[in-house]
Amino acid sequence: MQRATAPSEFRGIMVYLEQSNGQLAKVSLEILGKAKELAGKLATDTTGVILGCNAGKLAEEAVQFGADHVLVADSPALEHYATDAFSNVLGQLVRDQKPEILLLGATRNGGDLAGRLAVRLNTGLMAHAVEVEIQNETNLLACGVPEFGGRIVATCKCPHSRPQMATVRPGIFPLPQRNPTRHGQIEQIPVNPGEVRTKLVERSVKEGIDITQAEVVVIAGQGADTQLDGVRRLAELIGGMVGVTRPLADKELMSRDHQIGYTGCAIAPKVAIVLGASGSVYFASGIRGAKTVISVNKDAAAAINGYADFIVIDDITKVLPALVSKAEGR
Amino acid sequence: MRTIVCVKVVPKTEEIRFDQTTKTVDRSQAENEINESDRNALEVALQLKKKQGGDVILLSEGPLSIEPCLRVGIACGADDAILLGDNAFAGADTYSTSYTLAAAIRKIGNFDLILCGEESSDAGTGLVPPGIAEWLGIPQVTSITQLDIVSSTARAKRTITGGYEVVEAPLPVVASVELGCNSPRFPLFRRKKLAEFKLTVWTAVDLGVDPNKIGEKGSHIVVEDLVELPKPSRRMERITGSPEDEALQILQKTSEARDTR
Repeated sequence: MQRATAPSEFRGIMVYLEQSNGQLAKVSLEILGKAKELAGKLATDTTGVILGCNAGKLAEEAVQFGADHVLVADSPALEHYATDAFSNVLGQLVRDQKPEILLLGATRNGGDLAGRLAVRLNTGLMAHAVEVEIQNETNLLACGVPEFGGRIVATCKCPHSRPQMATVRPGIFPLPQRNPTRHGQIEQIPVNPGEVRTKLVERSVKEGIDITQAEVVVIAGQGADTQLDGVRRLAELIGGMVGVTRPLADKELMSRDHQIGYTGCAIAPKVAIVLGASGSVYFASGIRGAKTVISVNKDAAAAINGYADFIVIDDITKVLPALVSKAEGR
Repeated sequence: MRTIVCVKVVPKTEEIRFDQTTKTVDRSQAENEINESDRNALEVALQLKKKQGGDVILLSEGPLSIEPCLRVGIACGADDAILLGDNAFAGADTYSTSYTLAAAIRKIGNFDLILCGEESSDAGTGLVPPGIAEWLGIPQVTSITQLDIVSSTARAKRTITGGYEVVEAPLPVVASVELGCNSPRFPLFRRKKLAEFKLTVWTAVDLGVDPNKIGEKGSHIVVEDLVELPKPSRRMERITGSPEDEALQILQKTSEARDTR
């Protein structure tokens, strides 16, 4: 392809810091930690970008988590995510700043924004990266991106176009240590959101569901979809959170924030207790990081048993009440 | 009202094999099907058609061998299908794929709504719908679960972290449909339309696209290496006994696993 600009004109790592209701997304902080490591290797800086309304106070936090510079676009037009406003502001910023790498969280809004921007900026984008490195010989960004529900990982690069863009999957990189004495440069930037063609007419967000942080997760599959009260009670008794497989989220028995698997959340608890799930490739990808997996399923041939450390072959409707009553007695 | 549904024909994930020596994905033994969330997108289109009238056109890029899968789409109720079948399109990343699809959408013309599944089950990037919208210069709404059209305005409910939002956008608009948000109807193979159906195939020349922007040549991203992740090694120990015994052992194992660092 013909490139408009030589890669050598681009420098630095830019991280788009997603925020909602006055909080930076955890994945954005995880990326900041990783970006600092990449920047060290490239002997360059990390710039965080915050788009929002009254979001300036988050800039300090971004510095403490590892950003060398933070650019803040503050405007009522940026209070809630809108593709047009956010892509116009971030697109202009990238054109002005010319970072060699642009990283975003692989969230719904992160992908919505990145997918649009990559085409506008005439560059390459690697989606849902689970590995992010700088290649030794070339100094290029190399990302491992999952395919086929995470069964296969493809190592990808964007050799000729800039910035090299990637969205990074939540929960892959550790949250960096916060350093309250760290200093960085914070700058307000002019905002020109342009014409916004979509209109937000309703928004409903419940706070505080982050299943990726749980130490214990009790997961209900289709074999337990009538037993959710028991599942919730068990989770509460043993201090865990409730997860579900995709069919239960499809039936809206619980929200997508509770959905475990490739299309939901990847979790890394100490214990996952999996009740009545068959164990598809997509689901298994979500419990890969669990230290111990305990499965209860009435089907001895179910695929889930191959992904479990401890296997109970029995009827959920008998084992779950026993679990609840024994946990109550503890 | 014209809806174009972009569908990808993919191999069933459970049936692919990974060839360790050539480091390629062997799809030859796997059954092909229309990507699952694309079937959800088609269902949204067919439900809208029932209310609004108009036509539903399937658009897909791939080899001629995927025709049977597109016929399933016609049997479900789509009115027509167009295949972008040309080796010049092969090896495309999301940039060149969205460029090619946008060119085909322009050639179809008179469109009000472009629907896609939110992600494919193979590459799974979710980047093609926003890419198409940018190439066409029209708004996008991603990860939608419901869609209504009221006098040239699309009203969509979309999933966001922690909840949902409802967004309005003027037509034409690109929307990507969340996996599993509806139950796609079954194909009806005795549909009259299916008997009359003849697949339209377009090449790069038909589309009049820039040959430097399509396929592998037009891609920004190169794939350097593929690895198959080993299945995590698990102990796979059976726990047996009465439900009460089993429950006690599960709780015991849970405590032990929690106490380890």
